[in-house]
Amino acid sequence: MTMSRPTPEGRFGDFGGRFVPESLIAACEELERAFTEAWSDPSFIDEFQRVLCDYAGRPSPVTECHRLSQRLGVRVLLKREDLNHTGSHKINNVIGQALLAKRMGKSKLVAETGAGQHGVATATAAALLGMECKVYMGAVDVERQALNVFRMKLLGSDVEAVMSGSRTLKDAVNEALRHWVAAVEDTHYCLGSVMGPHPYPWMVREFHRVIGEEARAQCSEILGGGEPDVVTACVGGGSNAIGIFSGFIDTEAQLVGVEPAGGAAVGGGVPGVVHGMLSYLKQDEDGQVLEAESISAGLDYPGVGPEHSYLASVGRATYVSVTDDEVVAAFELLSRTEGIIPALESAHAIAWVAREPSLKGKTVLVNLSGRGDKDVDQMMDILG
Amino acid sequence: MTVSLEASLMSAKGAGRKLLVPYITGGMDQWLDAIRAAADAGADAVEIGIPFSDPVMDGPVIQEASWQSLQHGSTPQSVVAEAADLDVGIPLAVMTYYNLAYRAGHERFAANLYRAGISGCILPDLPYVESGPWRTAAEAAGVEPVLLAAPTTPEHRLPDLCAASRGFVYAVGVMGVTGVRSELAASAVEIAARCKRVTDKATLVGVGISNPEQAAEVVQVADGVVVGSSIVRRLLDGDGPEGVAALVSQYRRAIDG
Repeated sequence: MTMSRPTPEGRFGDFGGRFVPESLIAACEELERAFTEAWSDPSFIDEFQRVLCDYAGRPSPVTECHRLSQRLGVRVLLKREDLNHTGSHKINNVIGQALLAKRMGKSKLVAETGAGQHGVATATAAALLGMECKVYMGAVDVERQALNVFRMKLLGSDVEAVMSGSRTLKDAVNEALRHWVAAVEDTHYCLGSVMGPHPYPWMVREFHRVIGEEARAQCSEILGGGEPDVVTACVGGGSNAIGIFSGFIDTEAQLVGVEPAGGAAVGGGVPGVVHGMLSYLKQDEDGQVLEAESISAGLDYPGVGPEHSYLASVGRATYVSVTDDEVVAAFELLSRTEGIIPALESAHAIAWVAREPSLKGKTVLVNLSGRGDKDVDQMMDILG
Repeated sequence: MTVSLEASLMSAKGAGRKLLVPYITGGMDQWLDAIRAAADAGADAVEIGIPFSDPVMDGPVIQEASWQSLQHGSTPQSVVAEAADLDVGIPLAVMTYYNLAYRAGHERFAANLYRAGISGCILPDLPYVESGPWRTAAEAAGVEPVLLAAPTTPEHRLPDLCAASRGFVYAVGVMGVTGVRSELAASAVEIAARCKRVTDKATLVGVGISNPEQAAEVVQVADGVVVGSSIVRRLLDGDGPEGVAALVSQYRRAIDG
């Protein structure tokens, strides 16, 4: 199969769509038109690629993990998105969206953030392109990611702590959507994952395709023309996973998304509608959205991007979950065996590779979506 | 007996009456008495909010009311069941978010409303372009699906949207979420005028009507108003059903001119 455009209604199979207030429909349509046009304009694509290369530091390498491989009996390759400017894959998407916003004549960006990685990336792109930027962040996350809050402010962005609901990522999305409804004329909503109303899940995937395309070629070189047996990545909203999956969707490789046990939308949810999309969602029997609970703020999200729901429904990708304890162990394991401190989000994928017995003797490509510097404070408390 | 929202509002409109629809969040302290008080004070219909965990179209006042109601243990079933005992002689509509209808199943959700004597249902995060299956199920069950028209709704979509809306056309007065604002936006009058050019159904402006003066201004063009945050504020401030009655009376006098 291939990863093609969703239907004109923004559906991936049964999932996706455009479930936002009528006030935002025109803005979504305008964005869809602008992106469709830009994405077939060689000058836009050239500029996007130039910024990714000269500014963000792409291509990111693939690292073969000799000591970890020996330890686990699994050949582990890491796609090093942690080495990008701002420390994660998030920069790909925000550069794409910020360039697009400029092209559309918007002067301001608004964004939500969980761990702060998308917020920092958006604040960075805003500084680079001379745009105003406001970031909504749940009050709980503001506390556990204080360093990223300071970074965003340093970059000239306004950070607002969200006090409503569970005060985490889902509430930050609500607040960013509320802001956007009132400011849509001059403001672009720079959504941080492959979620939300059409065209976001599609557009954000396209901006992250570069991860999978690079990795495919790099793996081919390392593996003498071959492909990894398994490609895996952590899944909150699911942008880094979609990015790397897109490079291997037409291969034999098994695609595995790793969700946090306390926020497993595909693994533990049922289809529902929130934040503009129909997708798997953690909710109670009445349809009230449940709070996700994860050690990593970036995966503390009760929903998942609609294309993941689709890939799960047709069986092309599988979704598993790991516990916070397994994540902490994986965080230490990668640090000690390879000298790479992973983001807690990315440590979910490592945790699954370390636990899964069926991987023995196989070659596994892990998308190391981000670096762990932002989590060191939190880990000091946990590990003492 | 369920009173048709559309027939009732059209008949009042035909008699030259401006329409007043207050909103009250179901499950708040004293909400049932507040609805009775609003009906006695001259409301033409009442909109009952069913609290949802992620009310993306609502500003701080209704968010707080929804949170209070959920903390009291309100569920969609409890709000609808309690509303069934209201015998206020005017039509009732619920306003909630689409996932509650999706989760229950369109048919079941609509049938439950109908059995409770609720005439209409407003789902602000279900835009016209996604509303087809819900409208079919709702109308089959005898529930009128009210659609929202926004200042940004393009001209080419407005006639179909207004034709598909039942009960009345809910014209969103301002680009933003529910909440109290000091000025009436020019967009409130504009959207009302645009809707009225393409439909004979009652056009009510909601979102951004914060006081009786603004209501009086907007009904120069619109057929009526939906007023939410200013009413709910009274309940949150502890003014009780009497406070709601007093404010609804003020709105009534203002729009009657």
